[in-house]
Amino acid sequence: MNIAYSTELICFLILSSIIVSGSLAVVLLENIVYSAFLLGGVFMAVGGLYLLLNASFVAAAQILVYVGAVNVLILFAIMLVNNKEKLEPIKGLKTRRFISGAVCSGLLILLLRVSITTKWNIPGPKSIGEEATERIGEHLFTDYLLPFELASILLLMAMIGAIVLARRDISITSNKLGDFNNEKSLSDNKIPLLSENSLK
Amino acid sequence: MKELSIKMLENPIGPVPLQAYLIVAAFLFCTGVWGLINSRNAVRVLMSIELMLNAVNVNLMSFSSYIDGSIIRGQVFSIFVITVAAAEAAVGLAILLSLYRNRVTIDMENFNLLKW
Repeated sequence: MNIAYSTELICFLILSSIIVSGSLAVVLLENIVYSAFLLGGVFMAVGGLYLLLNASFVAAAQILVYVGAVNVLILFAIMLVNNKEKLEPIKGLKTRRFISGAVCSGLLILLLRVSITTKWNIPGPKSIGEEATERIGEHLFTDYLLPFELASILLLMAMIGAIVLARRDISITSNKLGDFNNEKSLSDNKIPLLSENSLK
Repeated sequence: MKELSIKMLENPIGPVPLQAYLIVAAFLFCTGVWGLINSRNAVRVLMSIELMLNAVNVNLMSFSSYIDGSIIRGQVFSIFVITVAAAEAAVGLAILLSLYRNRVTIDMENFNLLKW
């Protein structure tokens, strides 16, 4: 066993233990801020797995999008809604957790059995290694062009939808354009266009 | 042990078998499902959904690297999954914010507006 193999094995073991323990901690920890930061750790470990799988571009995209955008967004949401509310106890929570735990472990056993007993068609064709980035670019602009464009439309829709859903309310003034010098009339006479009261 | 190491040296891909990646992904997915069902904090539900999407991505990437090594369709698919996950996170958190403004709670047990 040469040194590259053992290094790869050790990296895989470390990364997978980070993923397993981190995901358990994300789900089980009481403090949600710890969960959010550990989620960032899990995302980075998954990016490390992608590096082990010869996919440097997807690893970079994973780090940029998940750690840089999604995790920061989750942290912002936690800060915006954090009011330390006391959750009132509900009846039968323990049974509910136990039943769902049994269902999930059954699903896990099923998946493990499938992945171990299936005869996968390996080794497949030789991995192209660092050419993967170029190949992804070719795919995105030839046979996956339509999904690529649809993804851009989806992102635009998500952006507009998020803005519409998350804004507090927008105010229109009763002033005509050009009357903006009158600061007093700008500050009052504001009619909220979309708020809880205007929907009644 | 020696036999195993010889087998590993003959393996052109690496010492880690495909099944190891699949097992990690299965564990990540099941943890995500459990958290999705059992979390009472709405932000944690979104975090569990991200965990499940990551598990799917690990599966796609490992299949792409081991079985489809020259065409790598799995990597393209996982890029699309990452895109959809980013959009989903943005819209989900916006919905969560407007829910919080209307009901002043993030407990999932209180979100029963559509219950008969």
